Amino acid sequence: MKKRDLVIVGGGPAGMAAALTAHKEGVRDILLLERDQYLGGILNQCIHTGFGISYFKEILTGPEYAGRFVHRIRNTPAIEISLKSFVVHLTKDKVLTYITPGRMEVVQARALIMATGCREKTREMVHIPGTRPAGIFSAGLAQKLINIEGLLPGKAVVIVGSGDIGLIMARRFILEGAQVKAVIEIQKTSRGLKRNIVQCVQDFDIPLYFNHKIACIHGKDRVEKVTVCRVDDAFNEVDDSRFEIACDTVLVSVGLIPENELIEMAGVAIDHRTNSPISDAVNATSVPGIFVCGNSFKVYDLADSVTADSELCGRMAAIYLSRR
Amino acid sequence: MTKELVCIECPVGCTLSVDWQGCAVTRVSGNKCPRGEKYAVEEIQNPMRILTSAVVCEGLSLKMLPVRTDRPIPKARLTDAMQAVRAMRLRRPVRSGETIAANFLNLGVDLIATRDST
Ligand code: SF4
Repeated sequence: MKKRDLVIVGGGPAGMAAALTAHKEGVRDILLLERDQYLGGILNQCIHTGFGISYFKEILTGPEYAGRFVHRIRNTPAIEISLKSFVVHLTKDKVLTYITPGRMEVVQARALIMATGCREKTREMVHIPGTRPAGIFSAGLAQKLINIEGLLPGKAVVIVGSGDIGLIMARRFILEGAQVKAVIEIQKTSRGLKRNIVQCVQDFDIPLYFNHKIACIHGKDRVEKVTVCRVDDAFNEVDDSRFEIACDTVLVSVGLIPENELIEMAGVAIDHRTNSPISDAVNATSVPGIFVCGNSFKVYDLADSVTADSELCGRMAAIYLSRR
Repeated sequence: MTKELVCIECPVGCTLSVDWQGCAVTRVSGNKCPRGEKYAVEEIQNPMRILTSAVVCEGLSLKMLPVRTDRPIPKARLTDAMQAVRAMRLRRPVRSGETIAANFLNLGVDLIATRDST
């Protein structure tokens, strides 16, 4: 079995920042595993601006922000990049098994940083009633289809939830020539950034309904319409408040959860309400030598914060290795 | 007249109060930094936005190349700028930062790549 000083799982903003800082702090044997064919993670599909304002003091798009770190990593030979590498097993002794085209590898890490990011909550997790036709997407999946694959998932869209990804996608659909019929938010206010309410929703006169929820999704093969209703403070339906919106697509943008199944497999204590590791310090876990950074530790609003937190994590791993 | 605006220049999202007469802004308050004042004046006189989108690639490593205008364009021109972006086809490899269309639609801005496509 190959032994490595530091293995990092995930080549998005968190994993790249952790790798570069660990290297700067003296770690000289680093393996960075990324399941996609490119480094950059979710930033590659976040083609809008708003990245880098605090870290680079510049306004960048997601791919530009990622590109700066990819460039630095590629110029750091001590960081070995393994793309198309998907970790399938992890033990508490930090033995990782990963598959990569044509083979399976097992590697023993002296220290391990998990930078696996987060995933979107689904329709099932927020209990939206109705049929199960085609045309229901998580907002991030729609973003990938449009920005990476060049496919427009629908022409008349209702967005559930006013988180940042949903707001960004409202503008994206409009710019691609689709109609956005409404954004439906069950809370009194948006969880998204104010700038996104302005530049993604108000700029295009998209109706934004607070204190409303979808009472039913209709459609047999494809989404045909949704029934919307007002809710009271306990999120229960208000009588006689129902109305219908014709649409062919429903986007669900109701939050993110850290992706931590691998470390759970390794015996790391997880808080199942948030899916974050239980820990007395940011980036640490209940297993010495296993660290977690970025959105897999907790979901951040900004990539710049992920970078700052992950640099700290790279330093923590370097200190751990130097003390052993 | 007085109008409330939300500054979109950074994630803080300050609520600005803007006084203006005709086309002249007389007072801006609520901004936590000077960029807010510039934004408020522009937003009253001629709202500007950076356009970000993606161009269809043919025969390259990426199917879609992300692009943006290197500077903001008038908000009123976003729709026709998008029509132009949708009609484009990219067949040559580009580096992030490279110009895809110089003086895009005579708007005085360049449309630039934001990622490498080989
Ligand atoms: S005024 Fe300055 S701090 Fe406030 S939102 Fe605008 S740019 Fe940000």
